[in-house]
Amino acid sequence: MGNALLQYATVLMLTIFVGIEIIAKVPSILHTPLMSGSNAIHGVILVGAMLVLGSANTTLEDVLGFLAVVLATLNVVGGFVVTDRMLEMFKAKPKAPTPKKDEVSS
Amino acid sequence: MSRGTLIDLLYLVSATTFILALKGLGSPKRARLGNGVAAVGMLIAVVATFFTRVDGHALHHVLLIIIAMILGVVVAVPTARFVRMTAMPQLVAIFNGVGGGAAALVSITEFVHIHSTRPATYVTLEVLLGVLIGTVSFSGSAIAFAKLQELMTGRPVTYPGQQIINALLGGAGLVLIIVILVSGQTTLLWILLALAFVLGIAFVLPIGGADVPVLISLLNSFTGLAVAASGFTLGSNLLIVAGTLVGASGILLTRLMSKAMGRSLSNVLFSAFGSVITASGASGVDARPVRSGSAEDAAVLLSFASRVVIIPGYGLAVAQAQHVLRELGEELEKKGIEVVYAIHPVAGRMPGHMNVLLAEANVPYEKLLELDEANSELQTADVALVVGANDTVNPAAKDDKNSPIYGMPIINADLAENVLFLKRSMRPGFAGIENELLYNPKTTLIFGDAKDTLTKIVGAVKAG
Repeated sequence: MGNALLQYATVLMLTIFVGIEIIAKVPSILHTPLMSGSNAIHGVILVGAMLVLGSANTTLEDVLGFLAVVLATLNVVGGFVVTDRMLEMFKAKPKAPTPKKDEVSS
Repeated sequence: MSRGTLIDLLYLVSATTFILALKGLGSPKRARLGNGVAAVGMLIAVVATFFTRVDGHALHHVLLIIIAMILGVVVAVPTARFVRMTAMPQLVAIFNGVGGGAAALVSITEFVHIHSTRPATYVTLEVLLGVLIGTVSFSGSAIAFAKLQELMTGRPVTYPGQQIINALLGGAGLVLIIVILVSGQTTLLWILLALAFVLGIAFVLPIGGADVPVLISLLNSFTGLAVAASGFTLGSNLLIVAGTLVGASGILLTRLMSKAMGRSLSNVLFSAFGSVITASGASGVDARPVRSGSAEDAAVLLSFASRVVIIPGYGLAVAQAQHVLRELGEELEKKGIEVVYAIHPVAGRMPGHMNVLLAEANVPYEKLLELDEANSELQTADVALVVGANDTVNPAAKDDKNSPIYGMPIINADLAENVLFLKRSMRPGFAGIENELLYNPKTTLIFGDAKDTLTKIVGAVKAG
């Protein structure tokens, strides 16, 4: 077991605690954006996919790596776009009557 | 500074933005900004990766990588932009599934790449775990998607000996992992892949539609762990940090959701909940009289109230009635009536789904109350308006020890002076449980499609 493995395990352990600390503070009103936002974050596997396709030597590796990049891109781009769309809708109560009120009301 | 150090530094920046994004989700005000920051962090990581040197040479196949990315973007952006908010859970499921698939593919590809060099046992173990977890997440999410999209039945799919078969499949996976580790037989990897694929499907089939939100949250966590496993294999702190954050978040959320349903996680996952209509409470109660009223009656009751608590459930979204509901709330507020919304944590088809649906209908988030707040508000409310909800207001969860939902925290609609219950018919809700609230003397039932009824009530409130 190398030093590198120990270092990764350290990062893993610390991140588990950081993750639980932060996520316990997310109010239940934002749980759906939390799911889709964290979904986007695990799309970082795209970096891994780029690395394996970028070092591929055989056709099999090419094909698998290519698929991995396509799927990971779907995950990361779709995840961020959909989360942004959701969070855009969460609005506070307008403090004063805003001028744009008349545009939409029927 | 060497190129490698600079890239690692950029990865560190990227990992930090992910943590900031999750932190931003602590309040609706900063959440969107946080998401944007993480997207920029992701872009930084991807750009930095293009300049990485692997084994002393620049990345191969740069063109191929770019083509694959363009393909992904072309499919993802329109899908994410135009899907309806009610379809959000299945979209999250499918994006999660492809992420799991990507993680499994990365592990496999790396293994194919390095297996001739006889990697250390722990490296092989990381690969195998990445493949197993990623693939289960992929095929499991696909089935969850099919259930939510109603491509297949939302009811639990059960067959004799199911749990034994699933246990055997899981056991076979573990045995296979040990055999591969000991023997170094790499061709067995493909068998593990196939087994994991089947396991994902078999695992999800017996889980009913109403429990799928918990499942998606768990699968999200699986994908995170698969990404972390790939991070170990590739030696990437960024992947380990991001994957673990998601893994931790998914597990925490899964536990919260199970708690909100008053059930243990293993009960949610393994009990095929909702496959049998239980006999509990069904003994002749349906013959009892209920009080029903018209939309006009409801309008009068609402107009003379001073505090109204609206309790929406998934039926509201099915009827696409969230906009009319918001209109009703606004009309009542014009009359000086205080209106708030009581949101049960499991209302909707994923954790917090109802909040998103109401936000889409322009309901300000300050008006959305969580369970505890809502229950204290209800004590002084004149009217509780139940729209499209059923099990989440069922007093059986408190009173009837034999009820399958016994122990689930509910919204105590019966605390209010009056209860208006908008309902399509007397049919019980998803869990197939009779709802005592319908027979409560405080309750007036308004039968009909939620959208039609609400439109009529809005009209009557305006006229009155």
